[in-house]
Amino acid sequence: MQKLIVFILGILFGGILLSSEVVSWFRIQEMFRFQSFHMYGVIGSAVVVGAISVFLLKKFSVKAIDGSEINYVGKPNKKSNLYGGIIFGMGWALTGACPGPLYVLLGAQYTVVLAALLSAVGGAYVYGLLQKRLPH
Amino acid sequence: MENLLPHPIPWYIAGPLIGLFVPALLVLANKQLGVSSSFRHMCAAVLPTNVEYFRYNWKAESWQLIFVFGMLVGGFIARQLFSLPEMVGISASTKTDLTTLGMTTFSGLQPAEIFQWHALVTLRGLLLIVFGGFLVGFGTRYSNGCTSGHSIMGMSLLNLGSLIATIGFFMGGLFATYVLLPLIFKL
Repeated sequence: MQKLIVFILGILFGGILLSSEVVSWFRIQEMFRFQSFHMYGVIGSAVVVGAISVFLLKKFSVKAIDGSEINYVGKPNKKSNLYGGIIFGMGWALTGACPGPLYVLLGAQYTVVLAALLSAVGGAYVYGLLQKRLPH
Repeated sequence: MENLLPHPIPWYIAGPLIGLFVPALLVLANKQLGVSSSFRHMCAAVLPTNVEYFRYNWKAESWQLIFVFGMLVGGFIARQLFSLPEMVGISASTKTDLTTLGMTTFSGLQPAEIFQWHALVTLRGLLLIVFGGFLVGFGTRYSNGCTSGHSIMGMSLLNLGSLIATIGFFMGGLFATYVLLPLIFKL
């Protein structure tokens, strides 16, 4: 049941990313050149709605539908957030896609994105190999 | 097929809808929104490895593989339902900047001169698609999250580490936009 819910949410999430054009290389360039409000509006309003939602879920002690306590623990704050973030940011500007859009674009039949996606998996693998030697 | 919705969906509809995936995943699945860990799970599932980073029970995280497969299907369905734009309505100044860089085609959702298989035989195409993809995978795992996991989910939790990661995304993106892209487009 949880798997079906997650699958449907994935479909909706992918559909919204495509039809709002946030998967477009052009839109990412426009964002990094500060020449349109579109991307900032999308990300900014998503964070506002997300944060208000989290606040309300906590305030009313909402539980997950399976009855479990919701996990609100954020990711740890390490130097690697910044270092890795800078590396990812460069990739975001070059491919014009963050991880989500790679899947969405492939589904939307931009088949060459498969090369970027496989390369991203390769990048994750190389990170795994080097993890112990990188500063965190 | 006629457009069922204006294209693109305006930011003030798309953004709040995207934000609602935070509570939806928390309540319906008790999971935090995120995409880039899927790269790690794929490595752990497919590649034989004795590297510690890939030695964990990836099957316990398989919801995320289902989620990203859903995103792929969502991209497919949305492409059938909403005809893609003839041209993305980017601002005139962006178009001018990209023309100055050497870009010649502005039709479609993606630049046709980059997003073609035959572009991969050029150094420019390889750098933008393959090297760029590599940086996306390496960087998101190094930073422990991407635009979904850090910028949207993490910042919704008011998590400082996620704000710092997001600042990193922009530092790298600005560097690539103003320093790397002009070099790559000269190749």
